[in-house]
Amino acid sequence: MTFDVLVEVSLRPGIADPQGATVERSLPRLGFDEVHGVRMGKAVRFTIDAADEEAALRRVDELCRRFLTNPVLEDSTVTLEPSAQGARR
Amino acid sequence: MTARIGVVVFPGSNCEHDAVEALCALGGSAELLWHDEASLRGVDGVVLPGGFAHGDYLRTGAIARFSPVMEAVAELARAGGPVLGICNGFQILTEAGLLPGALQKNRGLKFLCATVELRVETTASALTSLTAAGDSLRVPINHFEGAYTCDPATLEELRAGDRVVLRYVDNPNGSLDDIAGICSPAGNVVGLMPHPERAWDRLLGSGDGAVLVRSFIAACAGERWPAPHPAAPADPSLPASSGARSGP
Repeated sequence: MTFDVLVEVSLRPGIADPQGATVERSLPRLGFDEVHGVRMGKAVRFTIDAADEEAALRRVDELCRRFLTNPVLEDSTVTLEPSAQGARR
Repeated sequence: MTARIGVVVFPGSNCEHDAVEALCALGGSAELLWHDEASLRGVDGVVLPGGFAHGDYLRTGAIARFSPVMEAVAELARAGGPVLGICNGFQILTEAGLLPGALQKNRGLKFLCATVELRVETTASALTSLTAAGDSLRVPINHFEGAYTCDPATLEELRAGDRVVLRYVDNPNGSLDDIAGICSPAGNVVGLMPHPERAWDRLLGSGDGAVLVRSFIAACAGERWPAPHPAAPADPSLPASSGARSGP
């Protein structure tokens, strides 16, 4: 099966996020006083071939741990669903 | 014996020639090593220079860590060989797990290019064996992601093991505990954000980096290494404390 994967990489709680803080500080000037807690991150999208969803998740978790995140600074959230394109040949 | 030192070139490295120049001018023999080669060609020590290896894509140092040369670098490090990571090279060493912690974006999101004052915290490293603890050195920094960070347990380990090699006198980038450079438990792997290879002659604005480069050359030549560790137990029958280092 082929799965569409979205990995969101975010800074771990307690790690300073100067980018998010700078964006948040600029918001009141644009009239968005009600927006709080801005945190910047990265989104990585890809497809993966695997026997089933569990196998796909296992591989994606390993990929996140070994490469896509730096565990000292970052966490990741994985969203995975069967690919709309269907299985690859 | 003249120390043979390899300076690794990754796609995007840009301080390799400065490193070679400094190493050769101060008595070493230096050659460039391409990141895609798995062999270190028998060099005595390795420098990972500054720059933007692999474009800093994903994270600084994240992709360089998987270059074929890095396995040989890790092997040299495990065998007690001197390995020095400068700036981007420091970032690569943390990503590769050869040094703990990580380098974050500078406080205030400022790119910093300035000559700063460093304090030598330990002489028991491959980079500082010819210095004296407490020495003040003026060395340039040139980075965006140089704020050292690690978890509290790691910081405690670094302090207890005398592994903070250099501190900023006036913290420019928000580094945890003013840390500018750290080393491995045995002191042979050293990473720092400042650029000693750009400050080895007064003509360059400061000659204070020369003693650091010379220390590294001496370590690669097998002189002054393993450096005596001040915290090492005098009685060899005593169990080594967590702060003690054993030479290779």
